[in-house]
Amino acid sequence: MGNRSIVPFGPQHPVLPEPVHLDLVLEDEKVVEAVPSIGFVHRGLEELCTKRDFNDYLYVFERICGICSFGHGLGYCEALEDVFGAEVPERAKYLRTIWSEMSRLHSHLLWLGLLADAFGFDALFMQCWRIRESVLDMFEASTGGRVIFSVNTIGGVLKDMDSEMLSAFSKKFDEMEKQLKEVSDIFLNDYTVMRRLKGVGILTKEDAQRLDAVGPMARASGIAVDIRKTGYEAYKDIDFEVVTSNDCDGYARCCVRIGELFQSFNIIKQAIAKIPDTELSVKCKGFPNGEAYARIEQPRGEALYFIKANGTKFLERVRVRTPTFVNIASLIHILPGSDLADVPLQILTIDPCISCTER
Amino acid sequence: MRLDENTMKTIESGELIKVMLLKQREGFRLIQVHAVSVKGGYELTYTLGKDYVIENYRVNLNENDEIPTITDLYPSAMLYENEMAVLFGVKIISTNPDYDNKFYRIKATTPFKVKEDK
Repeated sequence: MGNRSIVPFGPQHPVLPEPVHLDLVLEDEKVVEAVPSIGFVHRGLEELCTKRDFNDYLYVFERICGICSFGHGLGYCEALEDVFGAEVPERAKYLRTIWSEMSRLHSHLLWLGLLADAFGFDALFMQCWRIRESVLDMFEASTGGRVIFSVNTIGGVLKDMDSEMLSAFSKKFDEMEKQLKEVSDIFLNDYTVMRRLKGVGILTKEDAQRLDAVGPMARASGIAVDIRKTGYEAYKDIDFEVVTSNDCDGYARCCVRIGELFQSFNIIKQAIAKIPDTELSVKCKGFPNGEAYARIEQPRGEALYFIKANGTKFLERVRVRTPTFVNIASLIHILPGSDLADVPLQILTIDPCISCTER
Repeated sequence: MRLDENTMKTIESGELIKVMLLKQREGFRLIQVHAVSVKGGYELTYTLGKDYVIENYRVNLNENDEIPTITDLYPSAMLYENEMAVLFGVKIISTNPDYDNKFYRIKATTPFKVKEDK
């Protein structure tokens, strides 16, 4: 047995855009145990539901995280629509699907950029973020916001995209797909990228099942689970296959996310081709009463939104189970046995979103 | 999905391990566990899923009641159980690993209690 020591990792670290802490128990240079702790930016947003009108609370909810903002608003609205028994108009469902996939595009591109930055490939990092900028421009053109969009409302959406805008977006997505092809070839075939990611952070299929991994983390371990397949919003009318890999390592997670980027272009194009012409929202009158939850596939995996309402304008309880929160179990499983130098990259491969986790 | 008597089954805390064991053997995965503070106690909701089908189990606890851990069956439950212990004060027996109220490092005093006017 070598010398044992405990190295504190985080809450501030160059690879972490947000604070999370791990106590790493090391034997010489090898990690033997990782003990996580969170709460450094805990904001108590779930508790705030008891003090804000349920309509206004939507704006709080969208601010849980700047990357997953659209998805959080969508999950909250879907859960409340179930409480009200509201049937959302078809056009709103398609618009929500398009914005959801645009969120996936910008989130995965952001992650690819951060990954390239973490292993010192700055030119690749800038290329990824250059492509991502186009998605943010499209968000700004269609919603007025680049980070927080505020287009969801309980019963539908607040803004529309006309056929001219959809057609322009479609052309832009074709261009982006070409640009992404060049970038993804580097991620998938470059020697240095493979050297840093292949065989690192292995999570076997059995362990992913046992630890209830979600999102690209699970799919890169061969588990074909994707909540979009439940057919919420317009996904019921969209033809797509779940992207998986059986390699179970950091490289597999990168491959799955790149596969999902191309898949998102395809889903958006299908949605644009099929979008019906209906109203944008229905009115939900009165105060909500009852319990409901919604599940959606956020870029990082399955997110669950639970709401308990008591017939007043204040909700009794709101619960968000975010994908990063549940993937912490997988993270502390893959770290033991790895070198200390590989820890930052392994943390990055789960695509941690601490803002979501610290509701 | 709206939660009512058709989609949520209420069980006693003594039945929890038996129900979770049966579901684990049937291939259900743990989706989440959460607590709601109510006057004099807690409502715990366990959500399990298999092939996009999900089942919910509710356990009602008095403030001083204890509940057994399910981490032996579902290791990821340690996140939810540590969270419920820190933020809500739910008494869970033998969570593995038990971070001893250090999982959340927040400045506010925990556990949070239900407001008197509720």
